[in-house]
Amino acid sequence: MSIVSALGHGQGGGGTSPAVAAPRRRARGGAYLLLAPGIAYLGLFFVIPVVALLVTSLYVPVPGGEVGQFAPAFEWRNYTAALATYWPQLVRSFAYAFVATVAALAIGYPMAYVIAVRARGRPFLQGLLLVLVIAPFFTSFILRTIAWKQILADESFVVSAIRAVGLLPPDGRLTATGFAVVAGLTYNFLPFMTLPIYANLERLDPRMLEAGADLYADGPTTFRRVTLPLSLPGVVSGTLLTFIPASGDFVNSVLLGNTSTTMIGQVVDSRFFKVSDYPTAAALSVVLMVAILVLVIAYVRRAGTEELL
Amino acid sequence: MTRPLPRGVPADPVVRALVRAQLASRSVSRRSVLAAGAGSAGVAALLAACGTGGTPGGQRSGPVEDRSADEKQVRWANWTLYLDYDDESQTYPTLERFTEQTGIEVDYAEDIDDNDAYYGKVQGQLANGQDIGQDIITLTDWMAGRVIRLGYTQPLDKANIPNASNLLPSLQDVSFDPGREHSLTWQSGFGGVAWNKAQVPNGIRTVSDLWAPELAGRVEVLSEMRDTVGLIMLEQGVDVAGEWGDDEFFAALEVLEQQISSGQIRQVKGNSYAEDLVSGDALAVIGWSGDITVLNFENGENWEFALPEAGGTLWSDNLMIPVGSPHKANAEALIDYYYDPEVAAEVAAYVNYICPVEGAREAMDAFDPSLAENPLIFPDDATLARSHVFRALSAEEETRYNDEFQSVIGN
Repeated sequence: MSIVSALGHGQGGGGTSPAVAAPRRRARGGAYLLLAPGIAYLGLFFVIPVVALLVTSLYVPVPGGEVGQFAPAFEWRNYTAALATYWPQLVRSFAYAFVATVAALAIGYPMAYVIAVRARGRPFLQGLLLVLVIAPFFTSFILRTIAWKQILADESFVVSAIRAVGLLPPDGRLTATGFAVVAGLTYNFLPFMTLPIYANLERLDPRMLEAGADLYADGPTTFRRVTLPLSLPGVVSGTLLTFIPASGDFVNSVLLGNTSTTMIGQVVDSRFFKVSDYPTAAALSVVLMVAILVLVIAYVRRAGTEELL
Repeated sequence: MTRPLPRGVPADPVVRALVRAQLASRSVSRRSVLAAGAGSAGVAALLAACGTGGTPGGQRSGPVEDRSADEKQVRWANWTLYLDYDDESQTYPTLERFTEQTGIEVDYAEDIDDNDAYYGKVQGQLANGQDIGQDIITLTDWMAGRVIRLGYTQPLDKANIPNASNLLPSLQDVSFDPGREHSLTWQSGFGGVAWNKAQVPNGIRTVSDLWAPELAGRVEVLSEMRDTVGLIMLEQGVDVAGEWGDDEFFAALEVLEQQISSGQIRQVKGNSYAEDLVSGDALAVIGWSGDITVLNFENGENWEFALPEAGGTLWSDNLMIPVGSPHKANAEALIDYYYDPEVAAEVAAYVNYICPVEGAREAMDAFDPSLAENPLIFPDDATLARSHVFRALSAEEETRYNDEFQSVIGN
């Protein structure tokens, strides 16, 4: 927005004094003009599909029709039926996403803290660490998750080692379990947690920490009373960027889980492509969107950072 | 149904997985599209699929004009790794030769990695009689049956395909396309059982052998309903090609459900069960013949495939010309070319599935006798007699059975 207003201002500044009102109007018009591509893009690729999704979710099958043939209707029972059948997968998706988010926060916050605060003043180290955080993005996350399958395979040294120390029974396994799915989610979304927190801590004024020390706060207290509250916006964006895609993700569950770890994204996929049950697939997508929206609003309210939205 | 990797692809499972994933991402697979978030990207496909509601026959304006004579090209959508490929020159040798002989350029696309997903992608245009950008599509029996039934294909002019007479007698008359007026077989394959020879020394003779206690948690079955449920039905004495009904289907499904909930079955998968056989996570599977042939070639002769004593399933992929194709004559020329026994043998040597062309076995004998002897590529009559084609399902049955099957496998 600041670029837009700066541009508008520049234009207004070029106008002559009797025509003050006109440039101002032109300036506003310019701003809207710059928004047009975004609006058109979102209209085409977000609003229309969402409307289509809502409409489709209410369709009914044509009696005696072909596979995947449906007629327009207002069948609200599609929603109750979908929820009654698939609530376990829905609950599981949010539970997995929640655990993965907490784990990513526990792992990502210290990483972000070290890079932003401890490595401050050492640009080379800072840069290197940041590259390490971002490096996984250089290869497809599907490939990385496939690699996990090999690393965690029953015959792998990882599993043998864990069995040897008794953390896993002799016939225990890691792949095809809920644990592997959550671990995969945590790993895949870790940079989305780390980077926003880093961006936030990077702006942390060291004088705040000095002030904390001056007021006789020890390290942990300064962290708890100064650093953490100030980094909360970063934490909130990080958790949202992790939780939302993790709830809809299904790649981790497909590759690392099994039939008992099915997430809602897999159900949508199977309803759409395997059964050609488009209304249920659409209804579940709508439910997922609404559920995420409600959870996010509740969370942001509680975190007291509405200005983020 | 998904296809295995051919010879020439690195044996290291990790590198293989990379190659496979790269290939998969080349054509926009549904996995990668939907991976971005279950909702957003899938919606475009949703729009495409639901836009016209799939009216049988569709509203279209007469037959498409055949521009084959002016436009010397043909566009072919096939499954990944389903045609002879030369790694060094990065070309498809048989396709190159076809272009040399006929002057027709081939635009070959590995566009199909799932029958349902591909159908979802093109169904809207087919229903309107539009050109889907392909002149030949390659779909499995039951899906071929659906698109033919809906009038989405053009009848083949056999005068342009004289080699069609080389089609194996057992494939000449199929229930989904009587008289083969709209389709010709590309390749066929068996659904059966396979096991790790070192870890399962006694082998797997019946589907029930998969449920042995020592294999608990190390068994995987296919996510293709017709193969997994079909094999269990055969085990229960049902002829899957015959007139069975709900009772037989649900009796088999119950066995599957039991073995999943008891933890005997580790995972239900498409082609990727092959990776789990390599990693050792899976010791015995319900799988496809071609996959195991390739696995053995790449990773040493560690696995064995067999049709269970009660019989296995037989499926085929079929070449068809979609309604909107403006290059019908070119497409027919290409199909004719691949029904030449010499060419068919060359393809069979690469893809390792059952070759549907009479005379290809003799042609193969000339350059690789060991492959000509392979009963999984050129099955003898006794083997064929033990394999069965899952009967065609009505639309209502297909929806209901798929629905039940998907919920049993956790979806």
